[in-house]
Amino acid sequence: MSLSEKNKEIFLGPLSKNNPVIVQVLGICSALAVTAQMEPALVMSLSLTAVLAFANVIISLLRNTIPNRIRIIVQLVVVAALVIIVDQILKAFAYEVSKQLSVFVGLIITNCILMGRLEAFALGNKPWPAFLDGLGNGLGYSIILLIIAFFRELLGSGTLFGYQVIPQFVYDLGYQNNGLMILPPMALVVVGCIIWVHRAKNPEMQDK
Amino acid sequence: MEYLNLFVRSIFIDNMVFAYFLGMCSYLAVSKNVKTAMGLGLAVTFVLTVTLPVNYLLETKILRAGALSWLSPSLAEVDLSFLSFIMFIAVIAAIVQIVEMVVEKFTPALYASLGIFLPLIAVNCAILGGSLFMQQRNFLNIGEATVYGLGSGIGWLLAIIGIAAIREKITYSDIPKPLKGLGITFIITGLMGIAFMSFLGIKL
Repeated sequence: MSLSEKNKEIFLGPLSKNNPVIVQVLGICSALAVTAQMEPALVMSLSLTAVLAFANVIISLLRNTIPNRIRIIVQLVVVAALVIIVDQILKAFAYEVSKQLSVFVGLIITNCILMGRLEAFALGNKPWPAFLDGLGNGLGYSIILLIIAFFRELLGSGTLFGYQVIPQFVYDLGYQNNGLMILPPMALVVVGCIIWVHRAKNPEMQDK
Repeated sequence: MEYLNLFVRSIFIDNMVFAYFLGMCSYLAVSKNVKTAMGLGLAVTFVLTVTLPVNYLLETKILRAGALSWLSPSLAEVDLSFLSFIMFIAVIAAIVQIVEMVVEKFTPALYASLGIFLPLIAVNCAILGGSLFMQQRNFLNIGEATVYGLGSGIGWLLAIIGIAAIREKITYSDIPKPLKGLGITFIITGLMGIAFMSFLGIKL
């Protein structure tokens, strides 16, 4: 299946140039809290990508029937229903991780990426581009989440996905895990640094 | 004493912004000057204080496993807790709508200053987050839920006013170009979070 130029742009744009987290500044709310380790970050990314792609398709199918005045409620209901499904699946098949994610699975409902994409894209486009847009934005979000989690878990506990990465002899030489990386505030600082690097590479995005 | 403890905890230690990153989107978008930040902060505090008790009643009287037994003993087996997300968000959206209408009718001056922020609050993560934390923590009575809502709201208000004041001051600072705007705001929030961590362990 080949993608047309336009669909390719819709799909690949959000990965870097138009990234939902660091450029559009959406969905920060849940992005930071789940990134102390790789595993919950990965599960969270998958859940959000799935919800976003399908919510985009559903709203796009309904776009001509939703009255303009109550569209926010309709969007919230569609998203909430999808999130309930994801939450039940997580509880059934990945109970440990769903305990770790605690309220943040529920908070996908009010994730700004969802409302942002539904409002800006799904309401005015056909289902197939809407699906690609959802998938692209979900992946853009996932990339940032995984980068943050990578640094926080590596520097904070010396592990990746729970496996020891930094070998024992380094600890014997006096290396210590940086406990600060596990704490919430460092997630913000890491995002700040990612934005710094990203904007240094793309000067046209810098603030005047 | 219990109430005071919970109140202080929810403002400083379990701060919505610094400990759980809730409501970050509007926190970053509306913190360019202190006046609008104040308006949004007050609106969030108000809606949190109203929605939490309502959702608490919903949770304990309808959704929780066995909660329906006050209607008739035969319903004691019913567990509707899987519906909680959709019920909470519906209640929040409805209350925001009602609050908007009431404020518009009785205090037009307040409405004019809050106006644009009120409808946006329905999709602020801090509001839904408050309800979900309430569900998770099993508060004993409706008073605790209300105090928790008020405290979380004030914590959020403090955070957004703080960052807005700092952002006003740093407009003319010499910051590396790629870091200007968004980047530095994140880093400052992180530093504020570290400062707030010094409240850890306070118990009244």
